[in-house]
Amino acid sequence: MSEPNLKTYWKKNIRLLLSLLVVWFIVSFGFGILFVEQLNTIHIGGAKLGFWFAQQGAIYVFLVLIVIYIVRMHKLDKEYGVDDD
Amino acid sequence: MSVQTWTYIIVGITFAIYIGIAIWARASSTKDFYVAGGGVSPLVNGMATAADWMSAASFISMAGLISFMGYDGSVYLMGWTGGYVLLALLLAPYLRKFGKFTVPDFIGDRYYSNVARTVAIVCAILISFTYVAGQMRGVGVVFARFLEIPINTGIGLGMAVVFFYAVLGGMKGITYTQVAQYTILIFAYMVPAIFISLSMTGHVFPQIGFLGHEVGTDTFLLDKLDGLHEELGFSAYTNGSKSMIDVFAITMALMVGTAGLPHVIVRFFTVPKVSDARKSAGWALLFIAILYTTAPAIAVFARTNLIHTVSNKEYKSMPEWFSKWEGAGLITFDDKNGDGKIQYVGDQAVNELKIDRDIMVLANPEIAQLPNWVIALVAAGGLAAGLSTAAGLLLVISSAISHDLIKKQLNPNISEKGELIWARIGALMAVLVAGYFGIHPPGFVAATVALAFGLAAASFFPAIVLGIFDKRMNKEGAVAGMVAGIALMFGYMAVFKLGWFVSEKPPASAWWFGISPEGFGTVAMVVNLVISLIVSRLTPPPPEDVQEIVERIRVPKGAGRAIEH
Repeated sequence: MSEPNLKTYWKKNIRLLLSLLVVWFIVSFGFGILFVEQLNTIHIGGAKLGFWFAQQGAIYVFLVLIVIYIVRMHKLDKEYGVDDD
Repeated sequence: MSVQTWTYIIVGITFAIYIGIAIWARASSTKDFYVAGGGVSPLVNGMATAADWMSAASFISMAGLISFMGYDGSVYLMGWTGGYVLLALLLAPYLRKFGKFTVPDFIGDRYYSNVARTVAIVCAILISFTYVAGQMRGVGVVFARFLEIPINTGIGLGMAVVFFYAVLGGMKGITYTQVAQYTILIFAYMVPAIFISLSMTGHVFPQIGFLGHEVGTDTFLLDKLDGLHEELGFSAYTNGSKSMIDVFAITMALMVGTAGLPHVIVRFFTVPKVSDARKSAGWALLFIAILYTTAPAIAVFARTNLIHTVSNKEYKSMPEWFSKWEGAGLITFDDKNGDGKIQYVGDQAVNELKIDRDIMVLANPEIAQLPNWVIALVAAGGLAAGLSTAAGLLLVISSAISHDLIKKQLNPNISEKGELIWARIGALMAVLVAGYFGIHPPGFVAATVALAFGLAAASFFPAIVLGIFDKRMNKEGAVAGMVAGIALMFGYMAVFKLGWFVSEKPPASAWWFGISPEGFGTVAMVVNLVISLIVSRLTPPPPEDVQEIVERIRVPKGAGRAIEH
C-alpha cells in the first residue's frame, strides 16, 4: 500500500483511540472520582450515581469501548486493505 | 457429608483435571513453551487471561477489602478493569504484530540495545517474584483453613501441581489449565453470590441485587447499610475516607500497572492474528467483569449480614463459623465493657471486634448458611485463582532466563532443544523460589502488590507505548526513563511504605502531593514519560531499520509471518 494511505490509516486509528480514551477517562476518573459528589445527588435504583459508576458503571462502559474498538478497527483495516485475514 | 470431605473430593477432582491437561498439552518446541504455538483462539485466550489475571487476592481478598473500604474500594474495581482498555487500544495488537515471545524481546529489539533488554529482564523478574510470593501464600492459607493441614504442606502441594503443568506444558499447558481454572473459579464465586443475592434482595443477579431493596422491606440495601454505618459510628459506606487525589492516583497506577504487567502482556502473543489480539482483550475483560461487578455486591451483602449477625448480640449466641474463624485467629473479640455482648463500632476505644478482611469471601457461604458443597467449592475456587496466576508468573520468569538472558545474550547459538531445557530449568527454579517466599514471606510482603503495579506502571508501560506511538523514541530516552521511573518508585516505596533508609516511617501527612505509596506509580510513570521524551530529543534518532519495525507493527497485515523469525 502507498505511503500517504498508510499515513491516513494511522491518523484515523489515532483519532479513534483518542476519542475512546476520552470516554474511558470521563466515566472512571470523571464520573467515579472527580465529580462523584455532584453525581451522587442523582440515584439509580438504590445506589447514588457517582458511587454506581465507580463500582459498576465504569466497568460496563470499558467493555463497550473495547467492543466499539474491535468493530471500528475491523472496518478501518478492510477499508485500507491492511487486514490480516 | 462434612465440609472437609466435600473439600477433599472437589479439590481432588480439580487437581486431577489440571494434571490430565498437563499431560495432554505437553510443549514440544520453544514456541509451544513460550506462546503455546501462537495458535490459541481469542476466546480461549481471553478466558486464560482472565484466570491468569485474577489472583488469589482478587478471589479471596477483594470483596472483603471493598466490604471494609466502601467507596474507597472502587480503586480496585476500576483500576483492575480499566487497564484492559489501555491494553486493547495501546498495546496488545501492536505487540502481537511485533510477534516475538516476551516483553524484554520487544524492549530489546525496539531499543536496539542489550542494556534496555537487561533492564526489562530485571523488571520482569522483580515484578513477577513480588507477585508470585503472595499467590503461594494464598494457596497455603486455603489449604490450611479448609483441609486443616499445615500452611507449609499446603504450599508444597500447590508447588507440586504448578510444577507439573508449568514445567511440562509451558504456555501451552498453562493456557488450557487456565481455561479449566477460570471455569472453576467463576462458578465458585457466582454460586454463593447468587444464593445470597436471592435471599437478601430477591434478585438472581447480584449486580441487580446491589441496587435493590432488602427483602420484605422498602428500604434500599445501600441506604440501609449507610444507616447502619452511621448508627455505629463508621464513615458512610458509599462515601469513603481517602482523599480524592489519592483515589485518583491509585486508580491510575493500578490501570497503567495492569497494562504493563508482563504475564498479562505475553498472553496476547499466543493468538494467531492482530485482530485476534483485539478480540481477545475484549473477551478477557468480559470474563473478568463477571467477577468484578459481582464483588461490590458481595461486599455489600456480606457487610450487612455481618453487622446484623454480630452487632450488639450476645457473644454466647454466636453461630458456629464465628468460633471456627476465631480459632484460626482471623476474628478476635475482647469484651471491653464486660456486658457479654459484642460492640462492633467505629470508635476504636469502644470497639470489641476485629475481623480479618480475607474471611469475607471464604466465610460468606457459612454466614449465609449455604450447603457444605458450596463451601468446598469456594475452597477449590480460591486454589484455582492462586495456581493459575502463579503459573503465568512462573512462565515469565522462566522465559526471561532461557530466552532473554541465555538465548539472546549469553549463548545465541544454543539449539532449540537446549533452550527448551533451560526454559524448564528456569521454571523449576522459579517454582522453588516462589515456594520459599510463600513459606518464609519476606518482610515486604505487605508492599508487594503495590510494588509490582507501581514498577510495571513506572517501567514497562511508558517504554512500550512510546516504542509504538513515538517513532523518534530512542534507546537513550527509553533507558533513562525506565531507570528514573523504577528508582523513584522503589525509593518512595522503601521510605514511605517500609521505613527503610530513615529513622522512622514518615506519616501520611508527609506523602508527596498527598499520594500514598500505592498510588505513586502514577507519578513515577509521568516522570518516566517526561524524561524519555526530553532525553530522546537531545540524542540521535533511532536507526532506519528500527524505524521500519515501528512502521511495520502499526499495520495488522502479515502478522502470521512475523512470528516465524
